[in-house]
Amino acid sequence: MASSSSSPCAACKFLRRKCQPECVFAPYFPPDQPQKFANVHKVFGASNVTKLLNELHPHQREDAVNSLAYEAEMRLRDPVYGCVGVISLLQHQLRQLQMDLTYAKSELSKYQNHNTQGVIAAHEQTLGNHLYHHHSQSIIRAFDISNINYDNTAGHALAQQTQFQQARPAGTDERATTIDHP
Amino acid sequence: MASSTHPNAACAACKFLRRKCTQGCVFSPYFPPEDPTKFVNVHKIFGASNVSKLLNEIAAHQREDAVNSLAYEAEARIKDPVYGCVGAITVLQRQVLQSQKELEATHADLIRFSSDLIH
Repeated sequence: MASSSSSPCAACKFLRRKCQPECVFAPYFPPDQPQKFANVHKVFGASNVTKLLNELHPHQREDAVNSLAYEAEMRLRDPVYGCVGVISLLQHQLRQLQMDLTYAKSELSKYQNHNTQGVIAAHEQTLGNHLYHHHSQSIIRAFDISNINYDNTAGHALAQQTQFQQARPAGTDERATTIDHP
Repeated sequence: MASSTHPNAACAACKFLRRKCTQGCVFSPYFPPEDPTKFVNVHKIFGASNVSKLLNEIAAHQREDAVNSLAYEAEARIKDPVYGCVGAITVLQRQVLQSQKELEATHADLIRFSSDLIH
């Protein structure tokens, strides 16, 4: 439990009420992270969060709170698109990477073809395409997730979420995401 | 917009909230009565007053996008109450990193092959 008998959790501090021993928020909103509850309260509301947590098994609640906190933070940073903006950006980056990968592999296959003339022709084309190489390098640099649009806090939260979910493979399935471009 | 063809038709929000849908209803442009689920979901996850406050803080031309993104997030959260749309973000991040590594490896191979040819 994050709160001792003398220290109310961040939720009860925010709501200005006594933090009971059985407080549903206390395990997930420690008093040293007031912003986490403030954000979640502003976007979702305390009663919605309570209802959501009560519908989950206790072992799922920490993950749920952390994902809600992340969504709330993204929505406050970008009131129009929130997390959907992040998804759209990642989808765009993935498509671009896949195109670059397809192109790079086709270039590579020319070298791996044992026809000498083909190899020389491929080499000449690659030299002529050196600009492509630099372009891809800049894309690779841009994929430092922590620097995309949001500052390191969001990137750190993303990284935390990723590590967190990797410890719980049941929560991550390779489902397709369908979303319209905002 | 329902109100332009049926001036007296309540929007999905006001139908759900059982109140009169007035001319100035903040929800009516974005929650047509033909799509009741959209508001039900958004109400369940975010609450009507939070959505109303959010819309009032956004420029009018951006409100449709905001409502649609909220509706998407709400639906994702209902389908996956633990991770919501953050689950999709984690999956995409992993795919991006994987593709990035593969691209770097392919570039390294290309450099190796082209330098082998020079030397």
